[in-house]
Amino acid sequence: MKAARYLACVVVLIVCGLSLAANWLAPAGYAKQFREVPDSPPSRAHLLGTDELGRDRFARTLYGTRISLLLAPAAALVSTALAALIGGIAGYLGGIWLKLARAFTDLFLSLPWLFLLITVRALLPLNVSPLVSVLITFLILGLLGWAASARVLSTSADALRSSDFVLQARASGLDGPRLFLIHVLPNLKPILYAQFWISIPVFILSEANLGILGLGVAEPLPSWGSLLRELEGLISFREEPWRLVPLLLLIVVMTSFQLLLSNEEVTA
Amino acid sequence: MLLRKIAGHVASIAALVLLGGLLSATLVRLAPGFDSDERELDPSLSAESLRAIRAEHAAQNNILRFYAHYLRGAVHGDLGTSQALRQPVGNLLRERWPVTLRVAGIGLLLGWLLASTLAFAACLWQRPAGNILGTALSGAFLCIPAAVLALASVIFNSPGYLAIALIVFPKIYRYSRNLLAKAYAMPHITAARARGLGELRILARHALPVAGPQMIALAGVTISIALGAAIPVESLCGLPGIGQLAWQAALSRDLPLLVNLTVLVTLVTLLANSGADVMNYVLRPPEA
Repeated sequence: MKAARYLACVVVLIVCGLSLAANWLAPAGYAKQFREVPDSPPSRAHLLGTDELGRDRFARTLYGTRISLLLAPAAALVSTALAALIGGIAGYLGGIWLKLARAFTDLFLSLPWLFLLITVRALLPLNVSPLVSVLITFLILGLLGWAASARVLSTSADALRSSDFVLQARASGLDGPRLFLIHVLPNLKPILYAQFWISIPVFILSEANLGILGLGVAEPLPSWGSLLRELEGLISFREEPWRLVPLLLLIVVMTSFQLLLSNEEVTA
Repeated sequence: MLLRKIAGHVASIAALVLLGGLLSATLVRLAPGFDSDERELDPSLSAESLRAIRAEHAAQNNILRFYAHYLRGAVHGDLGTSQALRQPVGNLLRERWPVTLRVAGIGLLLGWLLASTLAFAACLWQRPAGNILGTALSGAFLCIPAAVLALASVIFNSPGYLAIALIVFPKIYRYSRNLLAKAYAMPHITAARARGLGELRILARHALPVAGPQMIALAGVTISIALGAAIPVESLCGLPGIGQLAWQAALSRDLPLLVNLTVLVTLVTLLANSGADVMNYVLRPPEA
């Protein structure tokens, strides 16, 4: 299992490295059109062929991987920070604050994730510039994905509130934000790290789902979601197998994340 | 005691739905473009008609008044009109709901059947191969976006409920497998095995009663997952259900329809979770 984890770590690092080196590895930019060879099969000039607009698929896959792999952790950071703020503080304060936070969290958790995502996405303008669409997509993921983590954190902070060392710190005159920052938050760190790592694959998949449904990153910017949207026109998986490369890459990265997270973390 | 529990759940559902509705209404009111109306661009409209349209919007400026107006209508069965489809939302929900109920229902049943069969087999068989097969299969489906499974369903010409079954399967398998593994690690099961009880009997008499309550709770949660999975499956497989309606509403920014759908789905999810909780209470009432 340890070897599998090392392998998974190496795979994620390699994929990240390749996507970061897109500027040097890709034969052209993600939006550059080769109008003379639209929808062409793989060749020496275009390793994964071109799409129907003549854009190099290899370049788009590299740039799309970069966007998905860099922004999913950013969204996970936002959601974990929000979870720490809402769940951690409510758990630390206890009483009515904890009850209110739990009711709010329950409300968020009772909504199917995709329903919530597409509803909030639709509330914001759809015809925006590609860069804004990237920011909106991942910001929504970060701002809406805090609920499950907040529930875990509120329970842990609630338990810490009545622990011996917190009681002793209180008895020594430490209270309020200082007690939370010095004694409670550092003890929540392992849970915060776990929630951060768990959120990344969830957000990668969510972005892919939004992208395929046409509610994700806007053209011409590529992301795994918008790249997978190309599969919509596929009649058979055997017909043009090179079109499946982004999907295979996504599956490889997701499998690696699953291996990196322990069984308990994945099912939490 | 049971009635008090049910009353508590009903009160909490009502409060959460009202709060959710208010939150949705606030978001709709604050959404960019809420104040503008495409009808204002129509050159054939007279100045008086334009004034009436603006007055209609001005009346909705106050969020609380806007929400109260919506609630008054909802109590009388009027959920408003879809902006994109120009049809009463109530009619649309009545037309589409049976499709989702059938697709998500069959998908959920198949998913549970596959997941529980594999989880039970892994526990009964007691060989690593059973566990590896289930874990690999569930792991593979966990890595694939729901929308890709829906696309695969279109490519292979398979029914939409199969995609939903494969979307819910990994979550059910992993959770129920873990619950059963925890139950099997308990000392009374080791004692039962030492006494020579058959594996099937141990599962039915000793492991399931321990894992059962949480598996019932899981059943409530999976309804929410299946409803969420209905969005990509119905949209990409061309099934005219609630999921497809939500997708169309999102693409056309039909906010009144989307808010109603969200409130409806929240209500169904809360009812499912509360139903699971009440069922657990009925099956295993707390000792006095």
